[in-house]
Formats: sequence, C-alpha cells, structure tokens
Amino acid sequence: MLYRESGQYKTSYIADQAIFPIREDRVGMVLIGLVALVIPFVASDFFLNAIMTPFLILALAAIGLNILTGYAGQLSLGTGAFMGVGAYSCYKLTTIFPETNIVILVLLSGLFSAGIGVIFGLPSLRIKGLYLAVTTLAAQFFLEWCFIRIPWLYNYNASGAIEVPERRGFGDIVLTGPAAGAMTQYFIVLGIVVVVTLAVKNIVRGRIGRQWMMIRDMDIAAELMGVRPLTAKLSAFAVSSYLCGVAGAMFIFFYLGAAEPSAFSITLSFQILFMVILGGLGSLVGSFFGAAFIWGLPIVLRAGLPAIGIGIGAETVFHIATMIVGALIIFFLIVEPHGLARLWSLGKEKMRVWPFPYA
Amino acid sequence: MDFLYLIVVDPFVQMADMPDFLLQVLWEGFVAGVLYALIALGFVLIFKASGVFNFAQGIMVVFAGLTLVGLHEKGVPAYLALILTIGVMGILALAVERFVMRPLVNQPDIILLMSTIGLTYFLVGFGEFVFGGEPKQMITEELGLPTGSTAFEIGDGGLLILQHIDIAAAVIALIMVGALAVFFNKTRIGRALRAVADDHQAALSVGISLNQIWAIVWFAAGIVALTTGIMWGARSDVSFALEIIAFKALPVLILGGFTSIPGAIVGGLIIGVGEKIGEIYWGPLVGGGIESWLAYMIALIFLLFRPQGLFGERIIERV
Repeated sequence: MLYRESGQYKTSYIADQAIFPIREDRVGMVLIGLVALVIPFVASDFFLNAIMTPFLILALAAIGLNILTGYAGQLSLGTGAFMGVGAYSCYKLTTIFPETNIVILVLLSGLFSAGIGVIFGLPSLRIKGLYLAVTTLAAQFFLEWCFIRIPWLYNYNASGAIEVPERRGFGDIVLTGPAAGAMTQYFIVLGIVVVVTLAVKNIVRGRIGRQWMMIRDMDIAAELMGVRPLTAKLSAFAVSSYLCGVAGAMFIFFYLGAAEPSAFSITLSFQILFMVILGGLGSLVGSFFGAAFIWGLPIVLRAGLPAIGIGIGAETVFHIATMIVGALIIFFLIVEPHGLARLWSLGKEKMRVWPFPYA
Repeated sequence: MDFLYLIVVDPFVQMADMPDFLLQVLWEGFVAGVLYALIALGFVLIFKASGVFNFAQGIMVVFAGLTLVGLHEKGVPAYLALILTIGVMGILALAVERFVMRPLVNQPDIILLMSTIGLTYFLVGFGEFVFGGEPKQMITEELGLPTGSTAFEIGDGGLLILQHIDIAAAVIALIMVGALAVFFNKTRIGRALRAVADDHQAALSVGISLNQIWAIVWFAAGIVALTTGIMWGARSDVSFALEIIAFKALPVLILGGFTSIPGAIVGGLIIGVGEKIGEIYWGPLVGGGIESWLAYMIALIFLLFRPQGLFGERIIERV
C-alpha cells in the first residue's frame, strides 16, 4: 500500500534508468535529506561530533571497502592504512598549500591513496581469497611503519603525531582545528559524503561496476566475455582506495583533530570490514547501516548499560560493550549472513504485498 | 654504489666479523619461529578439519594465558590452575562448536572468517571483563618451568646466551608436534579427523560425527593455544598485545601451506629467523622496526612463485 511500483509508468528511458525509479523511494530520500539537514539545529554538539560526523565518515570508508570486497570480490584487510595514506597526504598538502580550500585538498588526497592502493592491488592479478588478505596485511603493516618512521610525513614533529592546523574557507569560516564548530564540520562531511556516494552509485550501476561484479561472480567467464581483469581489478582497487583516502582525511581533519599512527591500525581495518559484512556485501545502503550499527552500538551500550543499572565503572562497561559487539556480530552472521541490507530489501518486499502477504 | 655496498655486502661482512652475535641472532629467530609455528599449528588444526580460518587463535593464546594466571592469582595452586584452564578451553571449544560453527555450517568462507573475528571481540571483552586489562606476569616458576640462562663461549671470547625457558619452549613444541603426529596417525579420533579433513561428506557417510570432530579440533587448538600462551607469556608478559603476533601466523601459513603441520613448523622457523636477521642486519639501513612487516613481504614474494606453500596441497586457483 505504502510502497509499490504499480501504477507508475515510465515513458522515457531517462525515467526508466533513474537512480530511484520508484516515487516512494524519492520521497524517502527527500525525507532523509531533510532530517540530515535539520539534525544539527536540534541536536547537541556532542551528538554531532561524536556520533553523526564519524558515522558519515566511516560509512564512506565502508563504501570504499565494499567496492573492493562486495562488488569486485577482493578481500582486503588494509583499509585502515589506506585511510592513513589519505590523512597524511592531506596533511602534507595543506602544509604545502596552506591557502587552498581544505575541502579541495581532502578530495585530492584520495588520489594519493588510490595510487598506493593500485600498487598493493597488483598481486591480486595472480592470487585471491585469503592469500590476497596477506598482501593487504603487508600493506597495512608496511604503511603503518612508514607513518612512524618517515618524519617528513608528520613535518618532523617531536610527538610523531599530526596536529590539524586551523584552516578557513568559504568566506572566513573556521573549517578545521580546535576552533571549528561541530555544525560546520558536520555539513562539510555531509556534503562530501552525499556527493561521493552519488558518484559511486552511478559507477557501480554503470559499465565499470558491472565489470567488477562479473569479475566477482566468475572471473573466467568475465574474461571470456571481454572484461579485462587487469583494468577491472585495478580500477576497483583505485576507486576503493580513493574513497578510503578521502574518508581517512576527513577522519583526521573533521573528526579527530590530531592523530597518531596508531589511529590507522589494523583495528580500524577490522572495524570497517565488520561494517561491510554486517551491512551487506555489495550494497551501498548496507554500508550506511553497517557503519551506524558498528559505530553506534558501543556508544549506545556505554550510555545504556549504566542507565538500566548494570554498569559499574566506565572500564567494565567498555569491556562488556566489546563482548556484546562480538556476540552480536556472530548472531547477525547466523541469522542473516547477507547483512542488514538484505533485511531492508525483505522489508520493502513485505510492504509491496501488504496487506495481502500471499499475493 | 655506497648504498649498494650497504645493502649487498656490508651485512655479510658484519655476520662474518661477529659469528657469536650471528649465532645469537639465529637462536633468537629460532625461538620466535617456534612460537610462530605453535600459533600456526593451531590455525592448521582447525583449517584442516573444518576449512575455517580461525582468526581467534591469537586471542585464544592470550585468553588461555590470562585464565591460567588469573586463576593462580585467585589463590588456586599452579598445577590445579593448569588443569582448570584446560577445562576452560574444553568448555570454550564446546561452546564455539555449538553456538558458532554448527549454525554457520555451509556458509561461504568469508562469513566463517568474520565469525571468528567476532569471536575475537567477544573473547577480548570477556577476558578483560573477568581478569582486567593490565599485563600479567606468567607464573613460570610455579609451573616448574626452568628460568635463568646459560652462556657458552664460542671461538675467541664470543658469547652465546641461551635462556632456559627458550630451550624448554623448543623442546615442548617438539614434543607437542610429535604427540599430534601420533594422535593423527594412530588413534581412532585422529583417523576420524583426517577423514573429515579429506572429505566432509564421505566422513559423514561412514558415521563420523562432524560436530564431535569440530569440538575436538577446537579443543586441540585450545591446548596448543595454552602452551603458546605459557611460553610466550614467560618471555614477555601475558597481555592483549600478544594478539598482534597472531597475524604473523598468516605469512607462516602461506610459507608452509594451509593444511600442513610440518609446513607450519618449517614456515614458522623461516619467518622467525628471516625476520630477526633482516631486522638486525638490514633494518638499520631504513631506520629499524622493519620486523613489523618483513614477514608479510617474505610471504608476498613467496606467493608469487609458489602459491601453494612448501608442503601444501595444490588448491589455489590461478586467476
């Protein structure tokens, strides 16, 4: 009743191939957009800073990994390091070009990450599966080592960490640094994430994205039909690392404010892999679900457990939260191995036939 | 040219100059290799029997060590604590089989891999919750393990120092591998394990219970984890930082092959020794600390030439 395509006739190819061909989807997107725009005016700074901004950034990183693992079928454990490449190159870029708008630099820094990603993607032409995981692990540990051992990357700082400088833009608004407002940063992140996600959506439903999926589903058949594994796989690595790099740069510049190399450790890689798997492999909306779940759950648990009288110390709550996250991951894998995106599409299916479940 | 000399010639000159130091480095690498091999052994056991790549092996090592030390701290005598810890690992194996492996049977590899990472999170939280997050001292002496060290003189004034605990670790690892070999070849359960590893359906059709075998395999991996935990804990502390060494098992497995027990041992030794030599002799050229990624690079180069590992079956698909 609420959600069905019956009665919506397409009279042109453009209408038929729209991203959201169903009217209800478009209405839903507009509603979500409105909510995203209204949130900063009603929510507290803490909510924006600690929940919404990192959620959006991590969702973008999850989309990046999803391209590689979900669409092109190449397992990667190096996401954290690729995010680090983006962050460090953005830091170097803003050091060299302090006058350029930081948003442009964030988008440019993804290119460096893409280059590194392509280099570490080369072995994927010969190996796959768990073996490929080792090459991405090599990337993870090697890049992490570079972040520590190459002082040029952090401007020879005594602390070895990068400290985000204050940058202004868009008519002298403080964009980064400690003085930046939570709302400003939220809107910048929101803007970048929305634009990039739309671009990615169009890539994955276009020629390149279909090539990735062919490689994932059966590489030999794809090759026989004229897909070149070299370009398909390396382009997947490039796009994926680009997104991760942009996410990493935003993670430092608009969320953390300062970072040690350990911010981009293997833990982050795993966290993002979880988002992708729980959200649903090969689904963009799933990446958002996964990011919300993995990022939000510990926060909710930390806030919620003391409220219902379980919590004692902050330490204990943290431990219990880790435990519950682990258990929930296993639980979700058992009940829905295709992720939250699958639940979402099942829900839509139910709405289509409602109120006649057997129609 | 200078740079080339530093890379190609100088390290070997150093090695020849101080043979006692080289021996010491080799021994250190050997001991680290034994411990990598022990972790890899836990991986191989589970991978052979169920095709699951068990990421939680590293945390099982920490968890077993923590349980042992934690119980002792609560006033349980050392040997009783050891027995109780074995019991805990048994319960863990049963629980994992019942609540993780059985519901997930027949799922794609990546889902099973993820479930073991989920298990890792759970065990980290659980271990910290019960025993606290601080590093703990391993109860080496209470367990009757040797401490102290012996120094040998080599050549003219060279000195080779062997920690007794390292020797014990090597011996125990050897005994463990021997025991596992006997277990796999001579006992009824061991043969059933090999049958399952060979072909799940054929094993089922001759009346082998997969669930039972999986529980046993996870228990065996738990025992291996406990041994590793004791040995590694005796060298440093028992802490969650140990978890990171679990990733070193991946290159070890690639070198040795995912399904081969001798492969795990040889791979572990190659990685252990290669890493130490690289760190000591070539590391200073690039600023040191290359130990953290050298193993993966070795594995990467190895993969390009021999993807199935030294002893593995030819299972990898070429793209």
